[in-house]
Amino acid sequence: MQFATGSSPHLAGPQSVTRVMALVLLALVPGTLAMLWYFGWGLLINLAIAVITAVVAEAAILLLRGRPVAATLIDLSAVVTAWLLALALPPLLPWWQTVLGTTFAIVIAKQLFGGIGFNPFNPAMAGYVLLLVSFPVTMTRWLPPEVLSGNLPSLADSLHMIFSGTPPAGQTWDVISGATPLDQMRTELSQNRMISEIHKSPLWGDFGGRGWEWVGNWFLLGGLFMIWRRVISWRIPASMLGALLLVAGLFWAIDPETHPFPAFHLFSGGAILGAFFIATDPVSASTTPRGQLIYGALIGVLVFIIRTWGGYPDAVAFSVLLLNMAAPTIDYYTQPRIFGQRKSNDA
Amino acid sequence: MADGYRKIVLDGLWNNNQALVALLGLCPLLAVSNTLINGLGLGLATTLVLAMSNVTVSLIRNWVRPEIRLPVFVLIIASFVTTVELVMNAHFHGLYKVLGIFIPLIVTNCTIIGRAEAFASRNPVPHALVDGLSIGVGFTLALVVLGGSRELIGQGTLFDGAHLMFGDAARDWRWSIGDDYPGILLAVLPPGAFMGLGMMIALKNIIDKRLNRRQPAPVTNAQAATA
Repeated sequence: MQFATGSSPHLAGPQSVTRVMALVLLALVPGTLAMLWYFGWGLLINLAIAVITAVVAEAAILLLRGRPVAATLIDLSAVVTAWLLALALPPLLPWWQTVLGTTFAIVIAKQLFGGIGFNPFNPAMAGYVLLLVSFPVTMTRWLPPEVLSGNLPSLADSLHMIFSGTPPAGQTWDVISGATPLDQMRTELSQNRMISEIHKSPLWGDFGGRGWEWVGNWFLLGGLFMIWRRVISWRIPASMLGALLLVAGLFWAIDPETHPFPAFHLFSGGAILGAFFIATDPVSASTTPRGQLIYGALIGVLVFIIRTWGGYPDAVAFSVLLLNMAAPTIDYYTQPRIFGQRKSNDA
Repeated sequence: MADGYRKIVLDGLWNNNQALVALLGLCPLLAVSNTLINGLGLGLATTLVLAMSNVTVSLIRNWVRPEIRLPVFVLIIASFVTTVELVMNAHFHGLYKVLGIFIPLIVTNCTIIGRAEAFASRNPVPHALVDGLSIGVGFTLALVVLGGSRELIGQGTLFDGAHLMFGDAARDWRWSIGDDYPGILLAVLPPGAFMGLGMMIALKNIIDKRLNRRQPAPVTNAQAATA
């Protein structure tokens, strides 16, 4: 069947890649500000390094590939990738590791597969996993949030630490850095301590690590904004967080002394950021409605599995990358029925 | 005649490089190439097996019935692999322990049975020997380059563990970028092998493209006729 196209003028759709990416950046602002509040200047410096690296790397590889540079850079997708990666990195990561991760994300994970629209994996998470696997020491050196430590490194100190890779005179990394709540929970559980015991420490707030627990809310706000503006669909975040809550709740109900309260899983680490901003990447995620529900739910289950029994404290990056790999298969089996088509293929 | 050998050698080393073009023998190629010396050791062992099995298969090519040729090839290859394995165990025990299961697994390296089937069983002995050696050296070169670059990126050294192969005198061959090189662990892990191989194939394609551009393909008769 052929649909006749009416003569011009046509109404242009309001969405374009640039517009979508700009809305994503806008939605990231509240969460980013919250993280700046809790973790200080380091994050801002990382953000600047990552964005500059991403733009330069994208321009360089577009030149090499003989593609239009300005027209592609304007779509802002490199900036979004860099921004997401910077949010996932510890605030005082040595500068060259940020550069390496961002370059890997843009050059290998995105452009070598054909650029925007062709990358099978989420570039930001590919860069993050490269760094996490390669540099376990610096990648787990997080700052404690401001409410715990009472003071954050000054701008000069942050710059010094990031660009020289050494702590300021008279201090050691052990003094400056602190474990993330997921890390803390994991370590203490592995020492056979009870959750009720663990929670007596001042590190813990109402349902997650103090300070950390509130960062997620601000990303949630940005995520809801994106759903409202139709940048993303509700299916992936809802099914991912729902599945995570469900599995975590089930284990918590069985034994609340060895499995943390479900909200802890939701508001620790990258769960919220991942659910709204990373798993929903329109290129590497599932695209069919039913497929998105399956895709999100499997990410949620995997996050719980890897956090609880795996080798790393957080698992959003690994889960998203694993499901990126499965997304084409999920899409294949969940193709919606076209109107008028029979259910079985042998019609 | 000399032209024939030239083609066999060029094919083995470059045009039909088993690692970069045929993509055969990937299991040992990817698993063992984490240092230059490991790559070299496995490459040489494979070359030895390949040359001997090619010669033997070529020798018996007129007596083995086609119906049973594959089991016979496998038996021949397995005997040579066992020989090489025992020799390595005796003379390069350190390297033997590092390479571990991948020495006996040379039996399953598709390159070897591939050459037996595609080349040695159809060509005279001298050709088969040259083919086995050049294919083996081509495979070894790919292993050495991949192993060397992974070692360099991953731990910032070259020739680490050379004494396993060349004796204690080779201990100071080890070259290091510097002790403060942090090492990009991913390059040493399995994903690094896949990415490294991908980069090498891309590099080979670039070089081939450049070469083709420099000397335009000779006009064939068919093209000349239509022109």
